[in-house]
Amino acid sequence: MRRERVLNAALLLGLLAIPLWAWMVDEPFTITLVTRAVILAIAGVGLNVALGLGGLVSLGHAAFFGLGGYAMGILAYHAQTYTPLTEVPFLIEGTKSMPVIWLVAILVSALAALAIGALSLRTTGVYFIMITLAFGQMFYYFAISWPAYGGEDGLSIYVRNGVAGLNTMDPLTFFAICYALLLLVLFIVSRLAASPFGLMLGAARQNPARVEAVGQAPYRLYLTAFVISGAITGLAGALFADLNRFVSPVMLSWQTSGEIMVFVILGGVGRVFGPVAGAALFIALEHWLGGLSDYWHIYLGAILLGVVLFARGGIYGLIAGRGVAHD
Amino acid sequence: MTEPVIDVRGITKAFGGLVASDDITLDLRPGEIHALIGPNGAGKSTLIAQIAGALRPDRGQVRLNGQDVTALDTPARARRGLGRTFQISSLAMDYTVLQNAMIGALGRRGDVMRFLRPVMRDTALRDAAETALDQVGLSEFRALRTAELSHGQRRQLELAVALTLTPRAFVMDEPMAGLGAEGSKRLITFLSDLRGRTPILLVEHDMDAVFALADRISVLVGGRIIATGPVSEIRANPEVRRAYLGQEDSQP
Repeated sequence: MRRERVLNAALLLGLLAIPLWAWMVDEPFTITLVTRAVILAIAGVGLNVALGLGGLVSLGHAAFFGLGGYAMGILAYHAQTYTPLTEVPFLIEGTKSMPVIWLVAILVSALAALAIGALSLRTTGVYFIMITLAFGQMFYYFAISWPAYGGEDGLSIYVRNGVAGLNTMDPLTFFAICYALLLLVLFIVSRLAASPFGLMLGAARQNPARVEAVGQAPYRLYLTAFVISGAITGLAGALFADLNRFVSPVMLSWQTSGEIMVFVILGGVGRVFGPVAGAALFIALEHWLGGLSDYWHIYLGAILLGVVLFARGGIYGLIAGRGVAHD
Repeated sequence: MTEPVIDVRGITKAFGGLVASDDITLDLRPGEIHALIGPNGAGKSTLIAQIAGALRPDRGQVRLNGQDVTALDTPARARRGLGRTFQISSLAMDYTVLQNAMIGALGRRGDVMRFLRPVMRDTALRDAAETALDQVGLSEFRALRTAELSHGQRRQLELAVALTLTPRAFVMDEPMAGLGAEGSKRLITFLSDLRGRTPILLVEHDMDAVFALADRISVLVGGRIIATGPVSEIRANPEVRRAYLGQEDSQP
């Protein structure tokens, strides 16, 4: 427990120190790299609510990540072209305001998670994985074939969206925004994991029959976790699109779902801070191994295989030992 | 006569050609321990599953406190006061002993949709859980991971979780299994006292325990109840001896 806290603190401090250092030596690319890690960490923390806390192996979280991305893209696109989203039944205009975009991204992905979860959670195991995958791919092909927002080419946004009058085009400022949101999400998910809901959800993951015998329906717990999970991943998607000032169907593809899952597995399934470590390691590997060879995924695959075979608990399991959620 | 707490009326359940429950009628009255015995494959588990809500009978009715609960699922029956223990311990193995007991207390209280309050600092839940652990003698193991418990201790924890539900009726599926002589003796004393508060439908293979505890015994053979009555009557029943007890004697 203590080692876990030390690791958490080290991780958060490291993610803060690197961009500050990069800012001092004027290396904006490094700041952007860490910002990417922070945003992907948020997506991973989101998936971990379903995968780690609820035991729901979703291979469709790219849907929520992409929906968040498109929520940003579509709202900003209409704002920059001065065209309304719709005039029926009432006028909805685009926006360049980040908080509004975040809210829309969270709401839209939560609703999508509610619909996808309500159907998928009637199945378990491999079937659940396949159904979430199928839903994810549905969104992907829809985005590709819908020409209004760029189709396969995606959608470019010229200027990053704004919040509270800050200059978000400054890499360090945008990093700070994302970092603050990561802290907020980590705080919420930590509380969630230790809450009555978290206790019962964990019980449902380990033994649904036990939960039923104490008068609770596992389905309701799973679905709630899935919606919260999707909402957080959707927020990450909006930030990711804002980072790149670009959104395309790639965000919705199943490779994205797989990558988010890799963060969780690398870091440690079910550990609240695990995906942060996983995403940071992933980005570091992508950067260094990517510099060595175009085929860096081979090395990543080998590392992942090593983790799955020899270090089931991921980075957190290796360093902080097995976690017992006991206070 | 007082109304039965559990009232099973003519339930029948068939799996293909196999009739696992054949027109079973059975009740559990306040203040009693009603033991259900029968050889392996007699259909005890199928019957328990239908009472607890895991299986729907093809015909017949299950009533709980005078209410028809046949159409309700397991969680709904648990909320209406049915506390069951499983034949094979069904616990959250990664959780501590205390957390497992708290699952019961939380399920009973019902406010699971609370997302930000630390559950381990909920003194009302902790107290309820610790009282139950105390009753079954697991207090000193409360901080242990459940997977580290012995088989017998898991049986005790299973019982503790059911106790936190403060149910109207218990359905216990072989609570003595794997307890050892000392543990069985303690549990017999405990269940004997418990019946005054909450009646127990007891499925058990340990005949000494059954004869020591039961107010009434029902004998299930081949999906049918062949006899129901007080201990002395069942012991003397020739049909029961032939179908069940005799068999036990020849294979101790």
